[in-house]
Amino acid sequence: MDSIVNHSSEVFVIGLTVFFLACVIGYYVVWSVTPALHSPLMSVTNAISSVIIVGAILAAGPEGFGVSKIFGITGVILASVNIFGGFIVTYRMLSMFKKKSKAKKEQ
Amino acid sequence: MSSNLVSILYLISAFLFILSLRGLSHPESSRVGNILGIIGMIIAIVTTLMFKNVLSYTEIGIAILVGGFIGTIIALKIEMTALPQLIAAFHSLVGLAAVFVAASALYDPLTFNIGEIGKISKSSLVEMSIGTFIGAVTFSGSVLAFGKLQGTISGNPIIFKFQHLINALIFLFIIVLIVYFVLTQSTSIFWIIVIASILLGFLVVIPIGGADMPVVISMLNSYSGWAACGIGFTLSNNLLIITGALVGSSGAILSYIMSKGMNRSILSIVLGGFGGEQPNQNNTDNSDKIVKQGNAEDAAYILKNADSIIIIPGYGMAVAQAQHALREMVDLLKKEGIKVRYAIHPVAGRMPGHMNVLLAEANVPYEEVLELEEINHDFPMTEVSFVIGANDVTNPAAKTDETSPIYGMPILDVEKSETILFVKRSMATGYSGVDNELFYRNNTTMLFGDAKKMCENIVKSL
Repeated sequence: MDSIVNHSSEVFVIGLTVFFLACVIGYYVVWSVTPALHSPLMSVTNAISSVIIVGAILAAGPEGFGVSKIFGITGVILASVNIFGGFIVTYRMLSMFKKKSKAKKEQ
Repeated sequence: MSSNLVSILYLISAFLFILSLRGLSHPESSRVGNILGIIGMIIAIVTTLMFKNVLSYTEIGIAILVGGFIGTIIALKIEMTALPQLIAAFHSLVGLAAVFVAASALYDPLTFNIGEIGKISKSSLVEMSIGTFIGAVTFSGSVLAFGKLQGTISGNPIIFKFQHLINALIFLFIIVLIVYFVLTQSTSIFWIIVIASILLGFLVVIPIGGADMPVVISMLNSYSGWAACGIGFTLSNNLLIITGALVGSSGAILSYIMSKGMNRSILSIVLGGFGGEQPNQNNTDNSDKIVKQGNAEDAAYILKNADSIIIIPGYGMAVAQAQHALREMVDLLKKEGIKVRYAIHPVAGRMPGHMNVLLAEANVPYEEVLELEEINHDFPMTEVSFVIGANDVTNPAAKTDETSPIYGMPILDVEKSETILFVKRSMATGYSGVDNELFYRNNTTMLFGDAKKMCENIVKSL
């Protein structure tokens, strides 16, 4: 985005193409998730949807202080809560799923 | 950094996100998946920090540390029974963050290369307002869902006259506002859109009852993804579009699976009104029917003399925190050489997969925990079904009684096993308000009491 983006219909169509293909990938990947792991699926999607932090960082980026920057910094804080919280809680959940042999050892 | 390099790094990060979801196809690969997701996120953040207009590293660094600290503390302290609330709370943050990013793009479009103040391109404005709308709805809807799950707000559906009409009017109002906003680029209109969307989010979730929460959470999960997508379109950022689409479709599929598990259309759930603890009107008088009651010793005796047992946990087990006591009980039974397995209904608990996590927390190996389709044909060969904190998901009326509100819902064929043990606090009906005929059968023994205490007492008697 360092170069000036001409926000024309062309850009939109490229975005739409990417969007559509990503939905198709999402469809197949999510159906392959085992139902036992649906809770971790929710928490990990939660964590990755916080990639919106990318937009917040850009908004918080410029020097000086403006309304836009305050919004950006707030966005960074909110998204960070989610990123750390989401990945850590997913980690906690996944580390509890054990095979028979492993579960026995830990008792 | 050149824009091509940025695009490639973002592509890698998006690819890692896809792999992290793919990893969840099996518990063994899931942990690696989670790590790949973390790496993807780090790449995305570091890449963005390298942009030439990103200069205020101190402020951003502090913001990440503050947010990260709060998130870490919450994630480490949360009880697994409270997972649904936590996820709802996290969804609300994504929604709110989307609103803030959209707002900053409106106030400082130059930073995002989408024009100057007052001269933002129309397509950007449309995308911005759609992202804001979904983000704000996700925010308030999730806050309300959080309240209902946490118990701060009653879980009963709140229904009032003209509810759907009011929602439809607010929605139309928002569309008019968006058109007006695109034409005028007025910041005050933007904030009215935000407020109206927040109101709509509340009103949409308010009529939905506690037991429909698995669907609501999945839907809000989906919305948070679409909100990220909307922002991605506004900023022409492919990484945001891809991730948003992944999350959006994931939430949509989960909603579909959940509504299928209840045999209800997503539409009827969204319209709400079902799933509170309503008094049951459609009940026939059951006072003449005989209920066989038992105590922990009886249960221990029955269980000990069985060859095979299937345990059916439900939300009641989570509420009573009975999973550890239950596992202790099962360990003793397994020592006697009895085959014990767990059967999970798709909508057991308050979020998709909730029961599996709770059992895993209690150290139950995942091979012993089976889904409805995997285990349902084994009930006829099973001696004892031990139902703990579940009710509606075992009700044969779903197969036989066409007038029943739960007719058509896939159920666990508990009635086909030789003996049924029901751990319940009382004779009360489940969320559907339907009486369960299994309670009155000859081969059913009701074990009244708190699920955790009951398991502990059975352990003592074994």
